[in-house]
Amino acid sequence: MSFADFISLGPLITLFTAVVISMLLIAIRRNHRITYAFSLLAYLMALTAIIPAMLYIPHTVPPLLVVDEFSLFNTGLVLTSGFIILLLSYNYFEEREERKEEYYLLLPLATTGALVLVVSRHFMSLFLGLEILSISLYGLIAYLRARERSDEAGIKYLILAALSSAFLLFGMALVYAFTGHMDFPGIGAALRQAGYIPVTVLAGFGMMLIGIGFKLGVVPFHMWAPDIYEGAPLPVSAFIATISKGGMLVVLIRFYVDIHGNDYSMIWWMLAIVAVASMFVGNWLALTQQNIKRILAYSSIAHMGYILVAFLSGVQTGLEAISFYLVAYFITSIGAFGVLIVMSSSVQDAETLDDYRGMFWRYPWVATVFTAMLLSLAGIPLTAGFIGKFYIVMAGVNGHMWFLLFMLVINSVIGLYYYIRIIAMMFKAPATGEVTYIKPSLPVAGNITLMLLTLVLIGLGIYPTAMMQLIQQMMKMIV
Amino acid sequence: MILLLLIIIPLAGALLSWIAAARNPLWSRCIALACLLVDLAITGQIWATQEASGGRWLYRYKVDWVPHFGISLNLAMDGLSLLMLVLTFFLGALAVLISWKEINQRVGFFHFNLLFVLAGITGVFLTMDLFLFYFFWEMMLIPMYFLIGIWGHENREYAANKFFLFTQAGGLLMLLAILALYFIHGANTGVYTYDYFSLLHTPMQQETARWLMLGFLIAFLVKLPAVPFHTWLPDAHTEAPTAGSVVLAGLLLKTGAYGILRLVLPLFPEASVYFAPWIMFLGVLGIIYGGMLAYAQTDLKRLIAYTSVSHMGFVLVGAFSFNALAYEGVVMQMIAHGISTGALFIIAGALYERIHTRNIQEMGGLWSRMPVMGSAAMIFVMASLGLPGLGNFVAEFLILLGSWQANRWITVFAAIGLVVATAYSLRIMQKVFFGPANRQYVLPDLNKRELVIIVALVMAILLLGLHPQPVLNTSQKNDYVVR
Repeated sequence: MSFADFISLGPLITLFTAVVISMLLIAIRRNHRITYAFSLLAYLMALTAIIPAMLYIPHTVPPLLVVDEFSLFNTGLVLTSGFIILLLSYNYFEEREERKEEYYLLLPLATTGALVLVVSRHFMSLFLGLEILSISLYGLIAYLRARERSDEAGIKYLILAALSSAFLLFGMALVYAFTGHMDFPGIGAALRQAGYIPVTVLAGFGMMLIGIGFKLGVVPFHMWAPDIYEGAPLPVSAFIATISKGGMLVVLIRFYVDIHGNDYSMIWWMLAIVAVASMFVGNWLALTQQNIKRILAYSSIAHMGYILVAFLSGVQTGLEAISFYLVAYFITSIGAFGVLIVMSSSVQDAETLDDYRGMFWRYPWVATVFTAMLLSLAGIPLTAGFIGKFYIVMAGVNGHMWFLLFMLVINSVIGLYYYIRIIAMMFKAPATGEVTYIKPSLPVAGNITLMLLTLVLIGLGIYPTAMMQLIQQMMKMIV
Repeated sequence: MILLLLIIIPLAGALLSWIAAARNPLWSRCIALACLLVDLAITGQIWATQEASGGRWLYRYKVDWVPHFGISLNLAMDGLSLLMLVLTFFLGALAVLISWKEINQRVGFFHFNLLFVLAGITGVFLTMDLFLFYFFWEMMLIPMYFLIGIWGHENREYAANKFFLFTQAGGLLMLLAILALYFIHGANTGVYTYDYFSLLHTPMQQETARWLMLGFLIAFLVKLPAVPFHTWLPDAHTEAPTAGSVVLAGLLLKTGAYGILRLVLPLFPEASVYFAPWIMFLGVLGIIYGGMLAYAQTDLKRLIAYTSVSHMGFVLVGAFSFNALAYEGVVMQMIAHGISTGALFIIAGALYERIHTRNIQEMGGLWSRMPVMGSAAMIFVMASLGLPGLGNFVAEFLILLGSWQANRWITVFAAIGLVVATAYSLRIMQKVFFGPANRQYVLPDLNKRELVIIVALVMAILLLGLHPQPVLNTSQKNDYVVR
C-alpha cells in the first residue's frame, strides 16, 4: 500500500481503527459517556481525514477501490450523517435499559461498511462493504433485545438480508462467468465489445437487482422496511433510512455509469418498473398507517422511487439531481427521526399519530422542526426537499421521461396527503384529560442538532447554488 | 429594490408579530396591520405617481439567485401587478382588522400565517421568473392551509386538505410545463433561463405549445376556479375563518386569473386562440352552473362561495375574448369581485359572530335589528348582481362588450348569467334581512371597527363604479395587450 493509497483511504482507515480502539476502551472500562465522546471524536477525525485525501484525487487503489470527488463527497455525507445520528443517540440510549457501549462499536462499523461501498468499483469490495454493513445492522436492529419488536425485526432483517446477499452473489457470479471481469469498468468494456447483453448476464443483473433493491428498500423488495423501522431503536432506523440506503445508491450509480446502463433498454425497463411500483406502493400503503415510523418507512420507499426517476432520465442532470436529492433526503430523514428521538420517553417511543396530537401547542419548537422536515419530504418551497424534487423533475423533463414524470406528479400529491395529516395532527387542539406516555426529555444536544439540521434544510432551500455547483463539478468527473 | 421591499415587509412582519404575540396579542395585531398599511401606502404612492412614467414597466429588479439554472430574483411591476398589489394590501389590512375580535387563540401564529400568505401572493404578482413564480405559488399554500385548518369552522380539516391537494396537483402540472418550456427554449436558443421576458418568444411546435399551455392552464383553472375544478372552493371558503375567506376569495382566486393573463396568453398566443372557444365555454358553464348552485345553498358562506365560481366565469370569458375591452373588464372584475365578495364574507362573518349560524333558513327579519349592516349588505348584494353605479357592473359590461366581438353565443349565455345572479343575490337579502323574524334577538349593530371596514369597502366599490377611469388607465400599462 503506497502512501497515496493510505492518505486517500484516510477516512475509512481512521474510522476503522477507532472501532478497534473503542473496543479496547470498553474492555478497560465501561462508561457510556467516555465511549460516546470517543466515537464522536472518531467521526470528527475521519471527517478531517477527507481534507488530505482531496490532494490525491482522483486516485484508484486497483483493482478494488476508487477515490474521486464523487466518493469523497459521499464519504463526507455518510460521515456527517453518522455523526449527527450519533449525537442524537446518547440521550436515547442513556434512558434505556440495555448495556450501551457496544452500540458505539456497531454504529461506526456499519458506517465503515457504507464507506467501503462508497469507494468501491469492484464486485469484491461491493460485497465486502455490503456485508460489513449488514452484519453490524443485525446487531444494531436487535440492540434493545428486551423490547417486544426488536428480536422480530432483527431476525427478519437477518434472514432477508442473507437471502438477498445470496442472490447478489449468484448474480455477480453469472456476470463474471460471461464477462470475465469483476471490476465495473471491465464489465462495461466487455459488454460494449459484445454489443449486446446475453441472457446469462441479464439474469445476473436481475439477481443483483434483488440484492441491491433489498438494501434500497424498493418495491417488490420492500416488505422488511416498515417492520424494521418500527422494531429497531430510533437512531438505527435513521441509520437504515439514510446511510444504508445512500451507500447502496452510490455504488449503484457508479455501476450503472460504468457499464453504460442506459445503452441497454432491458436494464432500463427493469428499473423503470421498480421505480413506478415503489412510488405507488410506498405512497399508497403510507396512507393508512397510524404509526409514524411506518409512515416514514413507506415514504422512504416512495422517495427511492423518485430518485430512480432521476436515475433513469439518462442525462447528467439526473445524476446531479440524485446527489442533491440524497443530501436533502439525508437531512430531512435524520431530522424527522431526530424529532422522534427527542420526543421519545424512556417508557415508549413517540411513534403513533396520537402521540403528536396538539404537539404544536405544547412543544412549539420541536413541532416547528418536524413540520419543516415533513414539508421538505413533501417538496414544499423554502426547504431543501423542494429544490431536490425540482431538480429531479427537471432531470426527467430533460430526458423526456413524460410517463415517469406523470407518475411522480400523481404520487407527490398522494404523498402530500399523509405528510399534512401528521402536520394537521400536531396543530389539532390537544386532547383533554387523556394521559399520554410521551414525556419528552428534550435534551440540549438533541435540540441544538435539530436546530442546525433545520437551518441547513432551509438554507439549502433558499440558496442551493453553492451545493449545486459542487455537485455539478463532481458529476462531470465521473461521467 | 422597492419591489423586494414589498415582499420583505410582510415577511418580516410575519415573524415579528409571531414573536410579539408571546408578550401581548395586541402588539401582534398592530404590527401586522402596520406592515400592511405601510405596503399599501407604498403601492398607493406608486399608483399616484405612475402617470408620469411612460414605459409599460414601472419598476424592474433583478439579481441572480441560482445562476447554474438561469434562475434569478426577477421582479417587475406593471399596471396589472400594481392594481393587484393595491388590492392585496387593502384587503390584507381589512383581514387583520376583522380578525381583531374573532381570532383570540394563537393570535401570533394566525398573523404569521396571514402575513405569510400575503407575502406569497405579493410574490406571485411581482415575479417575472417562472421558477420563482412556482416558488411563490407553492409558498402561499402552506399558511393558507393552516389558516383554514386551525382557525376554521367545524369541518375544517377536510376542507383544508381538499384545498391543499387540489391546488398542489394543479401546481405540479404547471411545474412540468414550466420545465418543459425551459428546456425547449434552451434547446432552441442555447440559453437556459426561467426569465419571463426571454421565454416570451420561444419558438416551438404548435402541438407542444398546446400541451404546455394546458399544463399552465389547469393550475390556473383550479385556482380560479373553473367548473369542473371548483369543488374545493365551497368547502374551503365555508370552513375558513372570515379573514381566510376574504383572502381566499379576494386574492387567492385572483392569482389564477393573473396567471392566465400574465403567463398563459402571452406565452402561448396561438394555443390560446386554438383552445379559446372551449375555455370560454367552461367560463359560461361556470357562470350559469355556479349561479344555480349558489341559489340552492342554505349556508350563507357557501352561497357566497358559489357566487365566486359564477363571477370568475366572466374572467375566463373575458380573458379569452382577445380584445382590449374585455381585458379591461377582466382586470376590473378581478378588483370589483375581490372587494364585493370580500365584503359579503365579512358581513357573513359578522352575522355569524352575532347569531352563531350560517344557515339562512334560520335568519330573517334582521333589517329592523341591524339596519346599518342591512344597508351595507344591500350595497354589496347589488354590486354582486351587477347594478350600474357599482364596480361589478362596469366590469361585467366591459367583458360582455368585448366577448360579443369574439363569440356571440357565448356572450348571450353569459348575459343570462346576470339574471341568475339577480336571483341568488336577492335571495340573500330576502332570506337574511327581510321576511318574518324567526326568533326574537337583541343584536348589536355594526360596531366602530366594523363600520370602518365596511365604509372603506363601500367607498372602494362606489369609486370603482362611478369613476373607473384611473383603474382602466393603469390596467393598460402592461405588457400583454391584445390588439
